[in-house]
Amino acid sequence: MRDVNVIIKEKIEKFGKERQALMPILQGIVGDKNYITENDMVRVAEALDLSAAEVYGTTTFYTFFDVVPRGKYVIRVCKTISCHLSGKDEIIEALEKVLNVKLGETTEDKKFTLLQANCMGWCHRGPVMLINDEVFPELTIEKAIAIVEEYIAK
Amino acid sequence: MEKNKLTKVDLIFEDDGKCPTGVLDKVKSMNPDEIIMNMIDSGLKGRGGAGFPTGLKWKFTKGENSFDKYVVCNADEGEPGTFKDREILDKVANKVYTGMAIAGYAIGAKKGFLYLRAEYNFLLKKLQKELTEFNKIIKEKGFDYNIEIRSGAGAYICGEESALFESIEGKRGEPRNKPPYPTVAGLFGKPTSINNVETLVYTTIIMKYGVEKFKEMGTQDSRGSKVFSISGDTPTAGIYELELGMTVEDFVSEFGDGDTKAVQVGGASGMCVPRKKFQDMIIGYEGVPTGGSMMLFNSTRSMYNVLKDYLEFFEEESCGQCTPCRVGCRQLLKGIESVKRGEKHPSYLEDLKKLAGTMKLSAKCGLGQSVANPFISIVDNFKEEIIY
Repeated sequence: MRDVNVIIKEKIEKFGKERQALMPILQGIVGDKNYITENDMVRVAEALDLSAAEVYGTTTFYTFFDVVPRGKYVIRVCKTISCHLSGKDEIIEALEKVLNVKLGETTEDKKFTLLQANCMGWCHRGPVMLINDEVFPELTIEKAIAIVEEYIAK
Repeated sequence: MEKNKLTKVDLIFEDDGKCPTGVLDKVKSMNPDEIIMNMIDSGLKGRGGAGFPTGLKWKFTKGENSFDKYVVCNADEGEPGTFKDREILDKVANKVYTGMAIAGYAIGAKKGFLYLRAEYNFLLKKLQKELTEFNKIIKEKGFDYNIEIRSGAGAYICGEESALFESIEGKRGEPRNKPPYPTVAGLFGKPTSINNVETLVYTTIIMKYGVEKFKEMGTQDSRGSKVFSISGDTPTAGIYELELGMTVEDFVSEFGDGDTKAVQVGGASGMCVPRKKFQDMIIGYEGVPTGGSMMLFNSTRSMYNVLKDYLEFFEEESCGQCTPCRVGCRQLLKGIESVKRGEKHPSYLEDLKKLAGTMKLSAKCGLGQSVANPFISIVDNFKEEIIY
């Protein structure tokens, strides 16, 4: 995990000190450790000369900006219609068993968080899941388990 | 049986080599007004779903007196059942960038932004590499223009144009009041032409092949071809470019599984067309418009579950800013659940339809306004499935 101030500095160099740097900064923090703490938000607010409330308001608006601790790998299973019809519930059930968590929870070793999310744009090849930024379409129960087991071994 | 009127087209994904540079030279040899006249003449309408004439959008933006203007490519493809922009960006990103450069040249913008949804972050590295090369090429060609990519963070509402601007500006993705429209005050308050990924590729194609080739396809109100995202109960799910003007019947006879009872045209915010209306309903602006999402349901599916899934989606994705949408989505969802459980009389569905109608009139943006489309079309056509 990197120092938040370093991430902020890098992004400001690239995007400037204006408010439009806020999304890239938050994306940088989430990209590094998968969630943003209140303390991080205060650092960001100071750096951009914004009120902490503004930063909090923006951060909490977006689903991918998690503000509670998340695992190193965030698994998001698509829950919208096509993936729903093609069996996302069974996939989630299987992953709950493999990871020994309930949907929404993080494993004890802080390695995985299991979530569901809205349409990811793979409706013709569902069910689909994201692990951090990587996409895994055309899941079967066996395939989903095998993929997650590979990550467990990492 | 009538002849199948469905025509497959191969323009969007046609291999154009590394960069359609010839098109850019042609663009450079024309003046901006000529290009805009070409777009107006082609009849091209926005391919994101709303269908605003692209040429007019460019004309209005060009007409504004401002030093700073922007081109924004809306790649926040989030409508359930739509996945064509992902494929376009993956396969022919250079045509998208070219379209953005044409738009910039036409309206007098020096800067373009491509706003990519976070779910497509896996494309980011490749897109950025192609873009760096593209920016170099257009600079060498003498265009005073460059493009940057900005990412979203998992909010469907940021596909709404003014919410997208807010997001790039570093704010909550809450839609703005309109007017002023983006052509007058868009990104950073400056005149902005915001176009869908696919629309921009068609502007490249129109510049390459000329207006006539585009115009000879489709119908009076729906010119050209369109990329469709086809999913649900079909043996041939996927991405297809088809000439506009077919009926739902034509579509179902090609893509259905033989047991299609309904087609949801235009995603969760679109219309549900039941079997009895397949024959007469044209897919396009004279019938049911679509941003490309075509979801087929066969007779094993419960339309109650389909509607419930859509309403859960809208309830979660509503930005919460205006009351009609924030409260309306929730009440529609609770309402059909109560009717299903028998806690409310079936006639309560009529009250819910009125509520959906009120949302259409009073919600601030397209999200809240369009919930009535699936709600009323599913409740009206599949009432028994909602009640029993």
